[in-house]
Amino acid sequence: MKTAVIVFPGSNCDRDAAMALEAVTGKAPLMVWHGDSQLPDGLDFIMVPGGFSYGDYLRSGAVASRSPVMQDLVKKAEAGVPVLGVCNGFQILTEAGLLPGALMRNAGLRFVCEPAPLTIENHNSAFTHAYGDRKDVVFPIAHHDGNFFADQATLDRIEGEGQVILRYRKNPNGSMRDIAGVSNEKGNVLGMMPHPERAIDAHHGGTDGLALFESILGGLK
Amino acid sequence: MASVDPKYAEGIDEAIALDHVTAEEYEVILKELGRAPNIVELGIFSVMWSEHCSYKSSRLHLGKFPTTGERVVYGPGENAGVVDIGDNQVAIFKMESHNHPSYIEPYQGAATGVGGILRDVFTMGARPIALMNALRFGDPSHPKTRQLVSGVVAGIGGYGNCVGVPTVGGETNFDKGYNGNILVNAMAVGLADRDKVFTAAAREIGYPVLYVGSKTGRDGIHGATMASAEFGEGSEENRPTVQVGDPFTEKKLIEACLELMSEDAISSIQDMGAAGLTSSSVEMASSGGVGIELNLDHVPQRETAMTAYEMMLSESQERMLMILKPGSEHIAERIFKKWDLDVATIGVTTDTKRLVLKHKGEVVCDLPLDPIGDKAPKYDRPHLPSEVRANIDPNRLKAPAHLGEALYTLMTSPDMASKRWIWEQYDRHVMADTVASSQNPADAAIVRIHKSDKALAITTDCTPRYCYADPYEGGKQAVAEAWRNLTAVGAEPIAITDCLNFGNPERPEIMGQFVGCIEGMAEACRTLNFPVVSGNVSLYNETDGQAIPPTPAVGAVGLIEQLDQRATYGGLEAGDVLLIIGETHGHLGASLYMRHVEGDEDGSAPPVDLAVEKRNGDFVRAEIKAGRAKIVHDLSDGGLACGVADMALANMIGIKLAYNGDLPVFAWLFGEDQARYLIAAKPAIAEDIRRNAKAAGVPVDVLGLAGGDAITINGGHGLDLIRLKTGHDGWLPALMAGEAAAAE
Repeated sequence: MKTAVIVFPGSNCDRDAAMALEAVTGKAPLMVWHGDSQLPDGLDFIMVPGGFSYGDYLRSGAVASRSPVMQDLVKKAEAGVPVLGVCNGFQILTEAGLLPGALMRNAGLRFVCEPAPLTIENHNSAFTHAYGDRKDVVFPIAHHDGNFFADQATLDRIEGEGQVILRYRKNPNGSMRDIAGVSNEKGNVLGMMPHPERAIDAHHGGTDGLALFESILGGLK
Repeated sequence: MASVDPKYAEGIDEAIALDHVTAEEYEVILKELGRAPNIVELGIFSVMWSEHCSYKSSRLHLGKFPTTGERVVYGPGENAGVVDIGDNQVAIFKMESHNHPSYIEPYQGAATGVGGILRDVFTMGARPIALMNALRFGDPSHPKTRQLVSGVVAGIGGYGNCVGVPTVGGETNFDKGYNGNILVNAMAVGLADRDKVFTAAAREIGYPVLYVGSKTGRDGIHGATMASAEFGEGSEENRPTVQVGDPFTEKKLIEACLELMSEDAISSIQDMGAAGLTSSSVEMASSGGVGIELNLDHVPQRETAMTAYEMMLSESQERMLMILKPGSEHIAERIFKKWDLDVATIGVTTDTKRLVLKHKGEVVCDLPLDPIGDKAPKYDRPHLPSEVRANIDPNRLKAPAHLGEALYTLMTSPDMASKRWIWEQYDRHVMADTVASSQNPADAAIVRIHKSDKALAITTDCTPRYCYADPYEGGKQAVAEAWRNLTAVGAEPIAITDCLNFGNPERPEIMGQFVGCIEGMAEACRTLNFPVVSGNVSLYNETDGQAIPPTPAVGAVGLIEQLDQRATYGGLEAGDVLLIIGETHGHLGASLYMRHVEGDEDGSAPPVDLAVEKRNGDFVRAEIKAGRAKIVHDLSDGGLACGVADMALANMIGIKLAYNGDLPVFAWLFGEDQARYLIAAKPAIAEDIRRNAKAAGVPVDVLGLAGGDAITINGGHGLDLIRLKTGHDGWLPALMAGEAAAAE
């Protein structure tokens, strides 16, 4: 069981991600600095955490997606290693071309932090099977650029392929078709704006995020 | 330097004319130096002797605060206060104002306020774990208010969200008294190991002086001086003195500094805040009793052809000054290069007790350090007490026809309406240790100590209308309310930081408010064993002669030893019994009821009996620790009716109130008597609490029962909860959307 969290300058949910992984696997993940050009071999899971990589001073995630470590991450993702990008991590994975669509500024133009009620759309994915037939979860959101956009053909295709994993029940940011989380075609890469790692402990006010990590890591423990 | 080089003498008359130093202060400088200062030297004196840096009007009175206690490790005088929280850990915290810049340029003013207060905390070796803010804006209908609210809130969020420290709570008021001078007070709380706290004093000689962080530019020159002046026509022209924040660099600076602090490399460290390189170098050297020599050629510069004067007075953000242990330069260089931050050795500590600056091969400043601190002006400004006001006799007021409607008026007023529009723009959960924030029904924010079952409780409080009515009682009340809010979540109150916002101290009535508030606060701090460990003074909050209401904002920190021994006011169920702890006398002076129902701001502030405050609070805290009291809310603005409404809204469960005492019912409902708490519990447990209170000599009464979908009073005056929620939640969004009705 070997997991890793990528750290960019400006990442700020790296510690939250590490805590969640440790809570689920019993073992602290490797913290991999963005400037390293290679990820360690034999990784079972890679998490790209939230934050404001490079201050989001260009487009969110754009600079980080060109970081040395990302070339190796893309290779590993293509080879089937499970990758989860949360918030800024989702933005980075779309900028890196691993996921369809793009994240634009929230429709309300303001940063939004609130508990977001979500519906699990695909219960067979690598990231959601541990939820059983449970449909409704609540994860916190906290972002300025979470407005998911893709052209109609792409939207129809990802809906058809079961790549829409999570949908908002009350759209907070203008995302097309209320999409909160999407996977790649193969299903081993998931990007989502809500924060499952902030919903794993009673003091967070809910533990709905646990099953997401258990889905991907449970079998590996 | 024996005589002034004429080329550096240019501009001296102008500096005096601009009132950067007074003629008397200039005389002191001449006498101390035995010669005329050059422009660089005069600039250094003028910022160090500004109100903002020297506290010349306030120092005399700040000494009245109690600043020591069992848990106090470092009190005022360091970058932030440090208190022991057990297990070899300390909490480090401070609150600071960024009022003047935020009025001129709301986004950047507020953002850099957050950045500055974070640096004060991580400079001492703490990882920042929480941010709070206390905001005061003008009348909602004032043409500038909306723009200021939206800019300040975006600035606080833009900085705090990016830097990755949760903004967990705060308070916001609207009052026409702030029309020309808004208040933006930001508080940061950090966590460090007790044996790894860093201070600023440079004690060793011959140690390298290291500059790290952002490059120096021409922004913010004379910002400290601006913050020490009144506003008038054309204040917007001061915009170039407002700095620009870069939270991404701050985030890197936090990580790099904490990384370097984990090595044995730093001797002392200070952030460059107001008056930048000048105050940091002068304070480090003076407090340690050494001299310091800097070569300004080595200062990383963002712009070309900067003069020594500009470099010394720049307030460019995200910069730190460190004294390193010799031979550690390579460690610092490795870490700061990894984080893509500028790092440069710019000088050395000396045994001369002088500040010597070199630029382009010339000595451009050579000043003895002692006079900058010792001879700084200290004024005993004349002060007049405020007029004593009589209390309002409720029997002389006409009772409202419908009490539920009066409650609706209060709960949908700018003072009481939901501030959700503001706090939902702040990331309240990053770092994943937030237990209670603005979104939770709790009187204080609660942040878990990482990887433990302990937590800090944090609150900010001040009731400016009380301070205006009676500075002494208002000062006491600000401290007592903070203490009460920490108590209401089950925390042991530890210490406070303060942000003293007042008008022009040269006016005796304003100075009277200042002295009255300080003396009241000090009295409360002593009785409640709640010392002041850090703080900041912001004077000259006046525009065209109109001063703000006196606003001594209190930021307070308490400790929850066991997270499961805490209280909120969520979790109410139908059938729960409501108790009130403390006595109700129907005090309506300076109350929200008078303001919003009678349209009258008159009357005395509610008196605070500190012994009663302590007795009642200690009782409530013990009941929380014993696990009996789990639903607790303190009573403050709007009295017990508004406290009950908060609890009902948080749970969307109605509450039936009953009263058959001697007071007019509206005075019982809306009086703002102090030292009171609401507790809700199952009937059997409520009975236990009631019995315990009686035994302890603590006044207790049964207020009513939870149930239904309305708040009712003696079976009538119903206020439907859904209607109340709509009005309460809707006021601020409607205002910000520009709907005319909202400005009513």
